[in-house]
Amino acid sequence: MTETLDLSMFVEPGDAGASHMTLAVEGVACAGCIRKIESGLTKLPGIIDARLNFTQRRLAVDWRNDEIDAARIIEAIEGIGYHAHPFAPERADADESAQAKWLLKCLAVAGFAAMNVMLLSISVWAGNGSDMTQETRDLFHWLSALIALPAVAYAGQPFFQSAFRALRMRQVNMDVPIAIGVSLALGLSVYETAIHATHAYFDSAIMLLFFLLIGRYLDLAMRRKTRVFAGNLASIKAEFAHRLDASGELTQVPIAALYPSDRVLVRAGERVPADGTVINGSSEIDESLVTGETLYRPVRAGTTIYAGSINVSGVLTVWVTAVGAGTLVEEVERLLDKATAARSQTVRLADRAARLYAPLVHTTAALTAIGWLIAGAGIHDSIVIAIAVLIITCPCAIALAIPAVQVVAAGALFRSGVILNGGDAIERLAEADTIVFDKTGTLTLPEPRVDQTIAVDPGMLDRAARLALSSRHPLATALARVARERSPYPGAVEEPGQGVRAIIDGHEARLGSAKFCGVAEDAHPARGTDASFITFAHDGKAATIAIRQTLRPDAVAVSKALREHGLDLVVLSGDRPAAVAPVAQQLGIEHWRAGLTPTEKISNIELLKSQGHRVLMVGDGLNDAPALAAAHVSLSPITAARLTQAQADALFLGEQLKPVLNAVLISRRARALMKQNLALAAIYNAFAVPLAIAGLVTPLIAAIAMSGSSLLVTVNALRARLRPGFGP
Amino acid sequence: MNVLVYLVPVALMLGLTGLVAFLWSLKSGQYDDLDGAAVRILPDDDIPSS
Repeated sequence: MTETLDLSMFVEPGDAGASHMTLAVEGVACAGCIRKIESGLTKLPGIIDARLNFTQRRLAVDWRNDEIDAARIIEAIEGIGYHAHPFAPERADADESAQAKWLLKCLAVAGFAAMNVMLLSISVWAGNGSDMTQETRDLFHWLSALIALPAVAYAGQPFFQSAFRALRMRQVNMDVPIAIGVSLALGLSVYETAIHATHAYFDSAIMLLFFLLIGRYLDLAMRRKTRVFAGNLASIKAEFAHRLDASGELTQVPIAALYPSDRVLVRAGERVPADGTVINGSSEIDESLVTGETLYRPVRAGTTIYAGSINVSGVLTVWVTAVGAGTLVEEVERLLDKATAARSQTVRLADRAARLYAPLVHTTAALTAIGWLIAGAGIHDSIVIAIAVLIITCPCAIALAIPAVQVVAAGALFRSGVILNGGDAIERLAEADTIVFDKTGTLTLPEPRVDQTIAVDPGMLDRAARLALSSRHPLATALARVARERSPYPGAVEEPGQGVRAIIDGHEARLGSAKFCGVAEDAHPARGTDASFITFAHDGKAATIAIRQTLRPDAVAVSKALREHGLDLVVLSGDRPAAVAPVAQQLGIEHWRAGLTPTEKISNIELLKSQGHRVLMVGDGLNDAPALAAAHVSLSPITAARLTQAQADALFLGEQLKPVLNAVLISRRARALMKQNLALAAIYNAFAVPLAIAGLVTPLIAAIAMSGSSLLVTVNALRARLRPGFGP
Repeated sequence: MNVLVYLVPVALMLGLTGLVAFLWSLKSGQYDDLDGAAVRILPDDDIPSS
């Protein structure tokens, strides 16, 4: 049966019969790849333009509809030797890149203004010590105003807007003191210039904005980088469904293009694309991603099945009932809503600092003015000194202290395979003292593997694995991983629901159940455990291969290291006790519970929380999603169900468990550095504020103190880069 | 000090030229693919092969 591929949801129509599509491309690693893909595509008839963005690993293609179509373009890229996956551009993506451009423009304007104002200011400072006339100084001050006022009006927008938003919601954030400080500094400077005074603070105001914008831009750039990466992963992982049309024709469509009451065909070895009811066929399904249960469940017409399960043997026709984010076991959905609502809003360190900081600074400035008035200093001088206090405490250092660490730590996490979903996850990860693991797919690898501890004749295993390449059964897929030869045997035939057979060296070989192979079940040492078996028979000999969930390769070492860092480990699994006990024992975890429903997982987490523990939940199944939302902070492997990923604070990549340890260690280090930076900023203020209150701060001192403290916290933040000493 | 009358505008114009050049390069998408730009100079397919 031929099957057409429908990619219309990824294609954006252009002018005059032209279309545009963005693709995430795998395996682009060198300069040669760019040329190969671009020139290979533009040679095709109908392609208007193909341009590969090497930074984002994304390819933008424009073509004329009457000459070529999206499916043929993907085929062509496949032919050149790369895998391309259509990419559905998200709104958030476009918003963020527009914002990044805007911040960069503000940064450029602030940089230009800061340099030119500083050029004039240094002349004034030098001239104050020598023979500059008052007229020249006034001219320079007016010129500074001419540059600084429009520049602040433009480049200050991010801060003014954010401060305004916060004030309108009757809250205070870090941008409020920044906006007030900058506005007052400029207003005072203009007034001082008008009355021919010696000091003006144009340079301080614009320099402050320049430093803060650097921090803002870096923060956004880091978030964009992880978002691009996550977006590519999502489109590479995106799955397709076989949709049955009314006429019985089969179309391959992306899962996102499915709608309720569509009919889809699910073949053996494929993942169920959406929640639905089986209307035709019978099979067994692997629901480990949904419930954590590793035993297969038989299904037939009328059974309800959930997205994310794997069809093991037969062909199923499924009537789709729910798609997309709505695809979910009902109970899980209800619990998820409850857990999300109950989640305590943790106050971030930066916000706590801001709440403390703004009133403190403004009260100090007001008290200073009153104090000088009482001391008989005159209204003008008192106000000038009070504003100098505001400027010197300008939260340059404080506003940089936390974002700078966050940017550097997010970069370090990214390099060690952890992608953050939210910026405040770092602080919460650092607070965790108990880690709750799910078993299936989290402590163990997401797919079953051949049990290598039980010896099988190597020649037989090799042939069995190569024959397994011709089957889509999950057990065969696991076996095929160990195949040394990657090409299937010619003429291999899969008998659905039974096994594969082929002629090897003139003798028939069979791979499947013992019955299919025509041999009696042997007394395999792993019988009676949670392993599954697959039998291979060839030339009168037979071998039984055990396939089971295996631990992530570094699970034992990582759980030991986690305990050494003072974390309590707990396993909460939906699987049977017989399957959980050996895993817990192997990892040396004393507290484990098996056979839990999603509700019980939550109540266990709530119990831990009520005992005062901060829980980090690591899980991948749909049944873990409510627990992830209920925990203080959560992590998911990248193989997790889509809905579960959306709940997790961060995702980790790869087959290893080490990213969990790295996430905790890097976050702890980052939190320590954040506190250190806040302390540095406090020490700076302890020295600078008394000077300002005493009325001794000139613009020169303000400039030196502000840039010095900003540089200090930024350099200190860079220390979050250093990897903690675990493993290579 | 009369020299300032033209030196200051010249200095400002130079700075503004730099700013405008940066904004133009930003607008024309020159920072969209920094890694790509670094490797795109390597292939020399514009030189006819002998």
